[in-house]
Amino acid sequence: MYRYSEFDHEFLAERNAQFRAQVERRIDGSLTEDEFKPLRLMNGLYLQLHAYMLRVAIPYGTLSSAQMRQLALLAEKWDKGYGHFTTRQNIQYNWPKLNDVPDMLDALAEVGMHAIQTSGNTIRNVTADHFAGAAADEIADPRPYAELLRQWSTDHPEFQFMPRKFKIAITGSENDRAVIKAHDIGLQLVERDGVLGARVIVGGGLGRTPMIGKELSEFVAFDDLLAYLEATVSVWNQIGRRDNKYKARIKITVHEHGIDAIRAKVNERFLQVRPQFKGADMNLLEEIKGHFAPPAFRDASVASFESAYTNDPVFRSWVDTNIAPHKNADHAIVTISIKKHGATPGDATAEQMRVMADLAEEFAYDELRISHEQNVILPHVHKSDLPAIHAKLKEHELATANIGLISDIIACPGMDYCALATARSIPVAQEIATRFEDLKLEHDIGHLKIKISGCINACGHHHVGHIGILGLDRAGVENYQITLGGDGTETAAIGDRTGPGFAYDEIVPAVERIVDTYLEQRDSPEEEFLQTYRRVGMAPFKAALYPEAHANAA
Amino acid sequence: MARAFTPKVVTANDLLEGDVIYQTEDDRWSRDLSEAELITDEAHAQVRLLDASRQVNKIVGAYLADAVAGENGPEPTHFREDFRRTGPSNYAHGKQETSTQPRA
Repeated sequence: MYRYSEFDHEFLAERNAQFRAQVERRIDGSLTEDEFKPLRLMNGLYLQLHAYMLRVAIPYGTLSSAQMRQLALLAEKWDKGYGHFTTRQNIQYNWPKLNDVPDMLDALAEVGMHAIQTSGNTIRNVTADHFAGAAADEIADPRPYAELLRQWSTDHPEFQFMPRKFKIAITGSENDRAVIKAHDIGLQLVERDGVLGARVIVGGGLGRTPMIGKELSEFVAFDDLLAYLEATVSVWNQIGRRDNKYKARIKITVHEHGIDAIRAKVNERFLQVRPQFKGADMNLLEEIKGHFAPPAFRDASVASFESAYTNDPVFRSWVDTNIAPHKNADHAIVTISIKKHGATPGDATAEQMRVMADLAEEFAYDELRISHEQNVILPHVHKSDLPAIHAKLKEHELATANIGLISDIIACPGMDYCALATARSIPVAQEIATRFEDLKLEHDIGHLKIKISGCINACGHHHVGHIGILGLDRAGVENYQITLGGDGTETAAIGDRTGPGFAYDEIVPAVERIVDTYLEQRDSPEEEFLQTYRRVGMAPFKAALYPEAHANAA
Repeated sequence: MARAFTPKVVTANDLLEGDVIYQTEDDRWSRDLSEAELITDEAHAQVRLLDASRQVNKIVGAYLADAVAGENGPEPTHFREDFRRTGPSNYAHGKQETSTQPRA
């Protein structure tokens, strides 16, 4: 875990003191809202539909137990007893009062956390593979580099007033769990001739113009990478469109100029920028790597795990869905589902946060992760501790065995909270999860990702959902468009629209018809939804969704 | 041809709490849409919006929202305004958890 230096502490204390004074000046009337808004956004404070919302960064999704406990404290003391984990590995508080926010930020600073650059046209929280440092399939832990990027991008003088926001994701594995192809820049760590570097993807993004990122460079060695990224952001900062916010993201710049022209400009700029990087960044990276040294994995028998797995079917089901392979064979990666059937995806109570912090401290080398899929991860757990963890999770409604299944739904806050939303997404997620729980079909259906956004900005990643749902306002009524075949992994794809949208009370039955069609069409229980869709195409799903149109055409 | 004016209320968010508030005829801010002044004249609506927008150290983001006369005062015409006057649908939070308080 990264530990703040004296400089980090002082920087944060000064920023928080500045913001406290800005809030005071807003309240006493010396700042207008127009003057105050950019200042509060720089500190992660939004004004939403019913209240303010504070978005706190969880850099690359990593938390210690002390940090998780502090998040619980904020939820209890200044909010309504819960927090919402987001698709960018952040946590949002939905009900803070303006007066209290400076105290909340000070409390966060006590544990080395902040809300800086969680909004505005800056480089946002750098996200990472939530299994980083633990996954059996990674070539290196991407988090030291993510931390270097956080320090480089925080208050970077050139990148405070960019055409639009800028999002970077990083993974150390070929299997992409960080959706790197849907980010402004996606980095995949690769090793070449014993030298560690990154493959650089640029111009991905969702929103109203979804694009899959393109390869800018197949390999940039670490000692050149920061200069190369600075060159990339700098090129876009200069030529990115500022005339139209909908065309300002780098995906549009790449699309309009072409990847080859962008690459040429980046290479040219890189030659100018490179001499400014004299190796201090590499020294810093080496120092940061020390903070992320893997824990001393303990040696113990796994017999108690094996006996529980054999004898307890509930435990076995949870292990089968929620446990992923760890690089140390006696250890496991535990995903704690924050998707209990019928609950709000990503919402955890203060009590649940404390339980997870306690488990991390007792059993998981004091580490937790937040995934972009809105779940919480214990990245390093000795298998013999799994039964005790499962028992504790059960007591606190955290033992739902549904990771990767139809009820493990990503959903943005939608019109229940968000000022930008055009329709609700939370109740749709709740009803889909409850419906398939009632049908007892979830485990039979298998791996299936549903992602729901309540507006075209796509915080719920609907374009890359196997089933994507987009809530819109059609003539004053909520209406839901469906896409099929989206994929957020290394085989990334944007989903295809099925056709006309569905009313609020028609959307769950529509999803059920899609799932029924999949069950009829799959050639074996092993063929997953996405594979079946890729094999049979849209036609049978369309026929099931729009029987009248199908009958008319026949 | 200009579109006919439809009735409006002046709504905003409270500066300190952030919650949804409505301008009343006697120049208070109420948390309750039914207490809002329903404005049927376009010129009067613009004046009332100006009145609201001047109160920079009390409210944020005043605008005119469509409403219709109901049995107990103004009612929303769009589902977004219906959510704003009620609160979220996943928890009984916001306006659903406290009784209506008079505003300054």
